Amino acid sequence: MARMKFLCDSDRCIECNACVTACKNENEVPWGINRRRVVTINDGKAGERSISMACMHCTDAPCAAVCPVSCFYTTADAIVLHDKDLCIGCGYCFYACPFGAPQYPKVGNFGGRGKMDKCTYCAGGPQQDNTAAEYAQYGANRIAEGKLPLCAEMCSTRSLMAGDGDIIASIYKERVQKRGYGSGAWGWRTAYRETVDV
Amino acid sequence: MSMLRSTLIALAAAAPLLGAPALAQAPAAEAPPAAAPAAEAPPAPAQPQAPAPAQPQTGAQPQAPADAGAAARTTTDPQVRQALPPASQTQQQLPQDDGAGPPQGSSEVQAPVPEVQSAGETGQRQVPNSADPEQPTGTPAAPQPQVAPTPVQPIPAPPPLGNRNLSAEELELQSALTGRRITGIVSIPDDKLAVLVQPEGRDWRAFRNSTMMWIGGVAILGVLAVLALFFLVRGRIRMRHGPSGRTMQRFNFLERSLHWLTASTFIVLALSGLNLVYGRHLLRPVIGPEAFTTVSELGKIAHNFLAFPFTLGVLGLLALWVRDNIPNKLDWVWLKNGGGFIGDAHPQAGRFNGGQKAVFWITVLGGGAVAASGFLLMFPFFVLNIEGQQIGHMLHSVLSMLMIAAMLAHIYIGSLGMEGAFSAMGSGKVDYNWAREHHSMWVDDELKRAHESVRPEPATRPAGAD
Repeated sequence: MARMKFLCDSDRCIECNACVTACKNENEVPWGINRRRVVTINDGKAGERSISMACMHCTDAPCAAVCPVSCFYTTADAIVLHDKDLCIGCGYCFYACPFGAPQYPKVGNFGGRGKMDKCTYCAGGPQQDNTAAEYAQYGANRIAEGKLPLCAEMCSTRSLMAGDGDIIASIYKERVQKRGYGSGAWGWRTAYRETVDV
Repeated sequence: MSMLRSTLIALAAAAPLLGAPALAQAPAAEAPPAAAPAAEAPPAPAQPQAPAPAQPQTGAQPQAPADAGAAARTTTDPQVRQALPPASQTQQQLPQDDGAGPPQGSSEVQAPVPEVQSAGETGQRQVPNSADPEQPTGTPAAPQPQVAPTPVQPIPAPPPLGNRNLSAEELELQSALTGRRITGIVSIPDDKLAVLVQPEGRDWRAFRNSTMMWIGGVAILGVLAVLALFFLVRGRIRMRHGPSGRTMQRFNFLERSLHWLTASTFIVLALSGLNLVYGRHLLRPVIGPEAFTTVSELGKIAHNFLAFPFTLGVLGLLALWVRDNIPNKLDWVWLKNGGGFIGDAHPQAGRFNGGQKAVFWITVLGGGAVAASGFLLMFPFFVLNIEGQQIGHMLHSVLSMLMIAAMLAHIYIGSLGMEGAFSAMGSGKVDYNWAREHHSMWVDDELKRAHESVRPEPATRPAGAD
């Protein structure tokens, strides 16, 4: 099986936020929740670059490690998913996540968190594939349809890539060799404890 | 250094234009002196009256005229624009706000290689950038890449400016080593998401999954082991002279109510808290994931809501008992005698002995700190950011674990461990012999007060009544 990863080529990202919009639309993400966002570092300075960031579907995922009810699971494609029927909304995964991926709808009293929501790599959840129940809880399941996440599929500059880690890494390497520069695969060191050597 | 760099880039960008392999092969050390003067050129005095027609001929000259800026401005004239050949039109459309005054690489003006293109074609590019009205004077303009009019041999370009920054891996490694976050800006209305990588989560994970479990496990199981051992060695501490059958009031209804309010909420808070730490290892395999989620979710709700009555109870106890819990010299004596637990000594004590005072202050200070940290965690991002929440959670859990351990000892000695102790908080009355044994000074005080209340005041007797 493939080892699914995201790779954002920040030398190509133009901060158009189409990935953010595509994600929200495809998955009917509730108001106030952002599964994906574009972060611009060094804004307005030399070396400004934008990186589209979502759940990186880490190896040895911290969220799964700290979950008090063990609601996370990893698919055969190494996609980190969670079961909203088991989630209690404690917020621990948000404490542990290096990318700030887990998001919570605000429900109930105080800072009451609802069931956690995060990027599913457009792979739905534990429900039956492509059912209404799955869509309502987790959004689209494009993986079950043989498609890649929409954010990457519709990236106009092909900055954001999704797919098997080895393949997207080789595409990135080729780009870097051709154009002569690259700033590396954002989040890979943190998420996968490896980087793309170019 | 940045100037040298920019001039180098300017050179490299201009090289294909000039069609100069000789320049590309030239040693790098020679290149900067050729280009630097142009980049540092002082602002040329503007001469708006300069005749425009002279402009196209300036191209072949190695030194641009001083009035080039004015000449460049005049090219905004549509007639002159039309007169320019297409090649220079494309030059004007390079990423520059005003198409008329391109501050293109000034270095080519001083290129040591003869110009290969016609003066008319290159005329537009001969304007020194320091004379550009759009540029601040005295600072070298950012070099602009240029489109080569004729294809030339490709020259490997140095990386662009943007790449001089640290790469993703370097930044992430630095962030992991220093514990600093990589942050930027986001255009969505959630500033929290501007954090790209936050390495602190790793430490928090290690703490939660290992350190905290050890602290709690050792503290709680350790106290339980000590209590079990104590029970085996010492047994139940009985009243030395047996119950007298006479009782005296120790805690009134308000005191008992507040005690049990605090105690009952504490037990639920402690169990629901422990469930989040140990439940998935101990309870989940036993009752299954769905039932465990139900228990945990109810526990979470209870934990959030019962925090308020618990805090109320702690504050009430503080108000009621703080007067009798000020540590004094007697507590030191009590401690030196092992509190009566070890050996046969029976230290004197007032209303509360040293151990009870310790329990009081653990409850008030520990409970207060746990409650404060808990309330801060209950409102995420109200006061604490993500790092603050991680630290707050660590404090909350460690203090809670220690409090649970301390309260286990309190529960033991108040029930199983000592004969006659429970009724103080049960019915509120204790046996006279128990009170004499453990709180002799309090009994003396109570008796004195009781005698005073029943003995008639001497002054109230009518004179001459005897």
